[in-house]
Amino acid sequence: MLIRVRVNGEWREADAWEGSSLLSFLRDELQLPGSKNACEQGECGSCSVWLEGELVCSCLVLAAQAHGRDVRTVEGLADGDRLHPVQQAFVDTGAVQCGFCTPGLVVAVADLLSRDPAPDELTVREALAGNLCRCTGYQKILDAVRLASDRLGEATP
Amino acid sequence: MSAGLRERTRRGVGENVRRVDGVPKVKGSFAYGSDLWHEHLLWGATLRSPHPHARIVRIDLAEAVAAPGVHAVLTHEDVPGKKTYGLEFSDQPVLPWDRVLYTGQPVAIVAAETPELARRAASRIHVEYEVLEPVLDMVRALDADAPRLHEWGNVLRHLHVEHGDPDAEAEVWVEGYYETGMQDQAALGPEAGMAIPAEDGGVDLIVSTQWLHVDRQQIAPVLNLPEDRVRITLAGVGGAFGSREDLHMQIHACLLARYTGRPVKMSYGREESFLAHVHRHPSRIWLRTGAARDGTLVAVRGRIVIDGGAFASSTPAVIGNATTFLAGPYEVPNAYLEGTAVYTNNPPCGAMRGFGAPQACFAHEANMDRLAAELGLDPVELRLRNVLGPGSVLPTGVPIRGSAPVREVVERCRDVPMPPEPEASRLRDPMTFPGGAGNVGHGEGLRRGVGFAVGYKNVAYSEGFDDFHQARVTLSAGPSGPVVEVHSAGVECGQGLSTILTQVAREELGVDDVILHVADTGVDSAGSTSASRQTFMGGGAVQLACRAVAEEVFARVLARGGTAGELGLADERVLADGVPVADLVDLLGEPVSATRSFHHRPTTGLDERGQGDVHVMFAFGAQRAVVEVDTDLGLVRVVHLATTIDAGRAINPQGVEGQSEGGSAQGLGLAVMEEIQLREGHIANASFTDYLIPTFLDMPPVATEIVEDPEPGVPYGAKGVGEIATIVSTAAVVAAIRDATGRPLTRAPVQPDDLVGLREPPPAPPWPPVPHVPGNRPVPEYHGVDLGQSDLKPTS
Repeated sequence: MLIRVRVNGEWREADAWEGSSLLSFLRDELQLPGSKNACEQGECGSCSVWLEGELVCSCLVLAAQAHGRDVRTVEGLADGDRLHPVQQAFVDTGAVQCGFCTPGLVVAVADLLSRDPAPDELTVREALAGNLCRCTGYQKILDAVRLASDRLGEATP
Repeated sequence: MSAGLRERTRRGVGENVRRVDGVPKVKGSFAYGSDLWHEHLLWGATLRSPHPHARIVRIDLAEAVAAPGVHAVLTHEDVPGKKTYGLEFSDQPVLPWDRVLYTGQPVAIVAAETPELARRAASRIHVEYEVLEPVLDMVRALDADAPRLHEWGNVLRHLHVEHGDPDAEAEVWVEGYYETGMQDQAALGPEAGMAIPAEDGGVDLIVSTQWLHVDRQQIAPVLNLPEDRVRITLAGVGGAFGSREDLHMQIHACLLARYTGRPVKMSYGREESFLAHVHRHPSRIWLRTGAARDGTLVAVRGRIVIDGGAFASSTPAVIGNATTFLAGPYEVPNAYLEGTAVYTNNPPCGAMRGFGAPQACFAHEANMDRLAAELGLDPVELRLRNVLGPGSVLPTGVPIRGSAPVREVVERCRDVPMPPEPEASRLRDPMTFPGGAGNVGHGEGLRRGVGFAVGYKNVAYSEGFDDFHQARVTLSAGPSGPVVEVHSAGVECGQGLSTILTQVAREELGVDDVILHVADTGVDSAGSTSASRQTFMGGGAVQLACRAVAEEVFARVLARGGTAGELGLADERVLADGVPVADLVDLLGEPVSATRSFHHRPTTGLDERGQGDVHVMFAFGAQRAVVEVDTDLGLVRVVHLATTIDAGRAINPQGVEGQSEGGSAQGLGLAVMEEIQLREGHIANASFTDYLIPTFLDMPPVATEIVEDPEPGVPYGAKGVGEIATIVSTAAVVAAIRDATGRPLTRAPVQPDDLVGLREPPPAPPWPPVPHVPGNRPVPEYHGVDLGQSDLKPTS
């Protein structure tokens, strides 16, 4: 079936199998592999994207459900060479190791800070408990959230 | 594929340097194996055995061949060359022709237009099996009447280490029996890659792996190709932790690509990933520790049995480690240590972070705590009375030649400030209770406990192997100054090797602009990214090559005449006795290039008494864990971890912290939640819904102390730091739970049932029989089984 989605501000369309997930559609049909395929059952958060502004696991959404709707992926976060503050904070704090969970976490943290600009530690841990990371033990990701929160706070007095 | 990574920074060795691959990774543009794409791509799928042990009677391909979109359906008959492969021994069929030996073993492969069509076609292959009696228990495998899984029997290796007087008596003995479960590496990136047939009849393979050249040594004979026709390029690696040491989809994708003449991609889903890579060996350990009344260790007698599963993988080396480390990082004058690795019909086990040391640590540290209790000594004090130091003689009969700051490692860990005492339960956020907000309790049965563990491990390959690392360094004039290019086949799995290599090049050549080539087989082997070895081996190779480049630069300076004094490089200039005498870029009309290989000092095998200079050097670590246990509900919350890492020298301290924090998380996982559940050889929890790894809510803060006591004779004195936190963490966390509950907890992972009295500790069975083997080497070696990889031919 032909599926048409507005991805990162641009309308894109491709033919896809009816059973295709939004994640497969993004990765295999639209060549947007930034969203990752680690568990494909909604446990790890590596495939996190925004669908109509709402954070979802794109592996749990059918591509057909996104037809005619707005999707924002990790590829839409940076402004050209200028990283989103959350991305920059991940680089600066050493929150990236293998990086496979990173796109999903960057999206989830950006979503969290857009709703709660200065979350306390427990709030961060709870909000990101659906994003698995196997490399970092999460400590430097917590550092990244704090740094991004501080920088965003300074930018918007 | 990323076309090389480029970073401009002034930072060299010893500083916190931002990862060179950080920016593409946060943007989602870093290409992992599962992200590869090619025009006219076909997708591969694998049919796997549903039985742990069965004879293949018949394979009917007709329906699969006729399925829509199918381009190839291949079995063992389509393997053109050698029919087997394997990491240490070539005992594993590419595709089986006779028997299957574990549930999940590949039986046939398919290439089709889409992943879905490939999967459907695979399900239309009909295999008739004659089910055979499986061997599912590691001690049962030793029975004379157990089914024989290989021609040479079920014993893969049995070794013993005999040191001092094995019958020595002691004033006080403690004895324990311990078990550890089968852990999964659970790297988030799935096994994936793409094979592209080449015009010269060879194949190009792009793959997520840990050692390109040993992959090639196993792939080329199967394809009946000379090695130089199999060119391998590293795809982005989404974590490894040992799981990518063994081949996964490499040979299958190459077979399908060569058969169809089209690029073939294979990318496993999570369930298949659990079936397709090796796991951490489950273990059973019998350990007696004897001491004088003052706490001085006198003797250790131990036996460890590990389940290697269906094929050898790297199990012979794992049991070598587990056995030689079974007495712990302590001076013990008398020891008798035995290790046995067996074949069973369980999934193959092999490399996972720690490589035999975590199992040993779990046992020797539990015995140290028992001994401390028996003697009425503080557990940390007991350890300090016995720790190894430089010159200490190991159970293998040789003294430690290099750095061994074990006392400092223990003391600095002990001295990390304790986390604050908990608030009164009624004041606490329910999220902070064990089990979180879903907990039905309100903190009534909470008890806090503290545990401590010390451990150690070899860095680099042991027992006579020469796992060298080659690097090529080229210095040339770029448009805006001198540029260094570094080319190595060393694999970046996320641990930070790419950054380390660029730091070393900057440090050695005094040049900012370093370009790191994508790892490929265009240079010689870099050895494996495992055994905590790449920082010093890769750093050593780049350092050697840089110094050769510098010599040529200095020769050019001297050829111009008029320069005297000791020459050096800094800030893109040549210095003589510290004074600038030339701009580097002016000397680079012709680029300067050098290729060098770094070899670690030679080691030996074990002799018939298990004595020998088997290990290159050692890294030590300690951890103090603080836990809180809800003793009514059997739930655990780890409150705080203090981890000390013996780094030799920290090339990138931020990276060392990352290894400490992440490594601690994996050790914590094995302590309280991670275990592959086998049901008749079948993995019952092959998903992230059912196999739990620590989340943000499970991991406490980790306070990392880095001990820097440089190792003599290695570049910058740097050891390897990748494994040590994982080794000590399981032991420390379980010790803390014992302290909180008073329960013996002799099995990891600890389950809620263990904490509320619903499951008794495993009863201590008698020490298992000692198998008859020709000697301390792996049994297949005595039977002339082909080596899997020529790089691992022992040099002595």
